[in-house]
Amino acid sequence: MATTTAAIRGQAAETVVRPSRSLWSNAWYKLRHDRLTIVAFVVIVLLAGLAAGADVLASQVFNYTFEKQDLLRTYQKPTLQPLAFLFGTDEIGRSQVVRLLYGGRISLTVGFVAAFVNLTVGVGLGLAAGYFRGVIDDIYTWFVTTLQSIPTLFLLLIIAAIWTPGPATLTVVIGLLFWTGISLFVRGQTFSLREREFVIAARTIGARDARIMFRHILPNVLPLIFILAAIDIGGIILVESALSYLGLGITPPTPSWGNMLTNATAYFVRAPWLVIPPGAMIFVTVLCLYLIGDGLRDALDPRIRETK
Amino acid sequence: MRTFILRRLLYAIPTLIGISIITFAIVRLSPGDPIRFFTFGVQDITAADIERLRAAYGLDKPIPLQYVDWVGRILRLDFGRSLIYNKDAGQLILELLPNTLQLAITSLVLQLVIGVPLGVVAALKRGTWTDGAIRVFGVAGHAVPAFWLGLMLILFFAVQLRWLPSQGMLTVGADVWDLPDRLKHILLPAFVLSLTGIATYSRILRTETLDVLGQDYVRTAHAKGLRERTVLFVHALRNALIPMVTALGGILAVLVGGALVIEQVFSWPGLGRFTFQAAIAKDYPVIQAGTMIASVLLVASYILRDIAYAVVDPRITVK
Repeated sequence: MATTTAAIRGQAAETVVRPSRSLWSNAWYKLRHDRLTIVAFVVIVLLAGLAAGADVLASQVFNYTFEKQDLLRTYQKPTLQPLAFLFGTDEIGRSQVVRLLYGGRISLTVGFVAAFVNLTVGVGLGLAAGYFRGVIDDIYTWFVTTLQSIPTLFLLLIIAAIWTPGPATLTVVIGLLFWTGISLFVRGQTFSLREREFVIAARTIGARDARIMFRHILPNVLPLIFILAAIDIGGIILVESALSYLGLGITPPTPSWGNMLTNATAYFVRAPWLVIPPGAMIFVTVLCLYLIGDGLRDALDPRIRETK
Repeated sequence: MRTFILRRLLYAIPTLIGISIITFAIVRLSPGDPIRFFTFGVQDITAADIERLRAAYGLDKPIPLQYVDWVGRILRLDFGRSLIYNKDAGQLILELLPNTLQLAITSLVLQLVIGVPLGVVAALKRGTWTDGAIRVFGVAGHAVPAFWLGLMLILFFAVQLRWLPSQGMLTVGADVWDLPDRLKHILLPAFVLSLTGIATYSRILRTETLDVLGQDYVRTAHAKGLRERTVLFVHALRNALIPMVTALGGILAVLVGGALVIEQVFSWPGLGRFTFQAAIAKDYPVIQAGTMIASVLLVASYILRDIAYAVVDPRITVK
């Protein structure tokens, strides 16, 4: 009897000895065992690699630039000979596969850069509003509510139509319009975090506002920002593609997955194979980003961590 | 309840002021001169003519004054005359409003009718392949580019199978009250527009139903010997529906904003498509009218959502 109790005690002691895991190492452990998220991540890395290597692939493998036209071979069906016609050609004989590669470069760049812009703006303003409260928060709330009450696509479209911005400006504009959701979230978190003991402790030893916001509160919001960022990039890619499809985002001759579909109605009868790939690329990219977001949530959200 | 509604209505005023400033600013601060744009290529126009046109449209005053003038006019629903159609811009947009509403409301109904059962079924069959399929659909529904899905559906149902029309609201020459014809036209665009909402609702309902089914009062209901169906529909679902009302905000924004793209894909004569065409043609009064009316629509639906929320969840009004 005594030995069994000792054995049980021993076991209990052993489990306590196990090194404690931090949030991040625990999340990493969970992510490594989440096959779906890993697959999604690999696909995104693969797409990014293809986009980054578009120049090399176009010149070495396909021997075709993205703006090269061949008016004698328009609406070619997909074929292996030559390799550049792998996904066929469009109405002016451009190689669909090469244009898809370059389109991916544009879509991914716009997605990541615009997400970076809106995270910077959204997190910064959300932290400030949640931390300082009062008048700053009132002005912030008024501005966010206003921005959310104008259908964002209307706003974006009008800006795009009137100013006809280049790809770089457009990316920044998208970033500056889509930060409200993330920001409100950060604000809410900051509201409750600023009342916690560790913040009061930091204040009593004389830490400045900026230090409390960025060194004490921000790290606690960071896991959720990661989750939202993945979903955010996906959403931006969707918006960019819709805008480009309407002829107002990325404009030809620069190919983007969206603007490759601008003339889709003309392809319906003659070349249905031109309609499927660009949209499928957007779909797969955004789907993977959303799956990564879901995976990160499972790994990082403490509430889910406990129950699962 | 009445004070709640009143206060909620008052809250909308600063928002509307904000919207009007942005709408006005975007158009007035735009580069290029609309008068020069529209007189471009006119041979015998003189500088005096241009000045007179500018004065006629009120474009010669300082910008803040122009704003005050403009707000005064839009309060009387006077957005000015379209530079292209030479008709009242507000009138042009308001005539198209019912078409957009028709599309948005049909989509909303589709979302509820399809999304809610999907979520409940997924929760009841937790862990089975049905649940898995519905969850995959819940993510995929958000990830698919709506305009592309629209194009694919047109390609399949209109071009290949020839079952459904690809564009417009009515067959040309058909009777206005030809309901089957209208139904055929609205089916594809409404479905595409409703997809995000279906995905959202199915996800929320799955989580909520699972949550509610694990609560004590549901166990009590079971223990009383109530039928499975009664427990589910009378006891569990009522509470599971509350978070849906919250999600309505995002969904409404998608319905109004997303309608623009879908209207363009399916050539649906709605206010989104019209505003889009006006933006390309730089028809400023119509751009402003379209944006303002779409935004007011959104603000109004947010108010309705909040009231619905207070009705569904009485704890809200106490605050």
